[in-house]
Amino acid sequence: MRKLFAVTSGLIFGLGLIAGGMTDPVKVKAFLDLFGGWDPSLALVMGGAIAVGVFAFALAKRRTRSWTGELMEIPSSTVIDWRLIVGGVLFGIGWGIGGFCPGPALVALASGMGSAWIFVAAMVAGMLVHDRLLTPR
Amino acid sequence: MSIAWNTFTPGSALAGGLLIGLASGLYALGNGRVAGIAGIVASPLRALLSGARMAPEVTRVLFIVGLLLAPWVWRLFAPLPPATVDVGPVGLVAAGLFVGVGVRMGNGCTSGHGVCGLSRFSLRSLVNVLAFMGAGFATVFVLRHAI
Repeated sequence: MRKLFAVTSGLIFGLGLIAGGMTDPVKVKAFLDLFGGWDPSLALVMGGAIAVGVFAFALAKRRTRSWTGELMEIPSSTVIDWRLIVGGVLFGIGWGIGGFCPGPALVALASGMGSAWIFVAAMVAGMLVHDRLLTPR
Repeated sequence: MSIAWNTFTPGSALAGGLLIGLASGLYALGNGRVAGIAGIVASPLRALLSGARMAPEVTRVLFIVGLLLAPWVWRLFAPLPPATVDVGPVGLVAAGLFVGVGVRMGNGCTSGHGVCGLSRFSLRSLVNVLAFMGAGFATVFVLRHAI
């Protein structure tokens, strides 16, 4: 059952990304281009997702186990440090250059888009570089 | 600032957003986890490379499987919407490296901090979202209008 929930969640998430236009890097960049012809669509994607998410996470907060019996692993960290901010800035720079963020890039990769393969390979490399060299121990 | 009304797609954007919210909610309530793609990708990857047990990663791997199935399921009903990239391979590699390092350092991306974090009213996530949004706006401004 928990496996079914995981696959279904991923599938619906991906369909939402496609429907919302997140898998089109040029559309994403049109949202990030405040000083060109600004396309506010992605604000509605985010807004729509949060509108549903607020209710779901309010329910999730009150549970100790998930519907399928797994322990709840909802993050509880409230730490605000330079890694959180610099990490966000670096991610934003990459997002602005390519127009891809991780989820849509994976969907685009699966759809057979060549540039998404290049992006995802570099993204995975970046993750490994961070985990090997930039993780404080 | 001028709004590009000709490319503004409020209906499908909202519909997509609702689906993403539904999926995140399902993953939170059904599996007890946060649908943050950066972590969902990085965690099994790290387990694989360090030789750790893969059993705890099954849920994440299956979420990715679902994500990868999405364009195939979509195609059963309709052609995929057009998607275009306006940078070359060098730009894509640079973009990927920035995103990969950034989402690990900040511990989340548009989904984990953006959708799930903001839905939980997490101040920590809001700070990260403001950082990546601000940097995204600034980067596109510099690339398109300043150089």
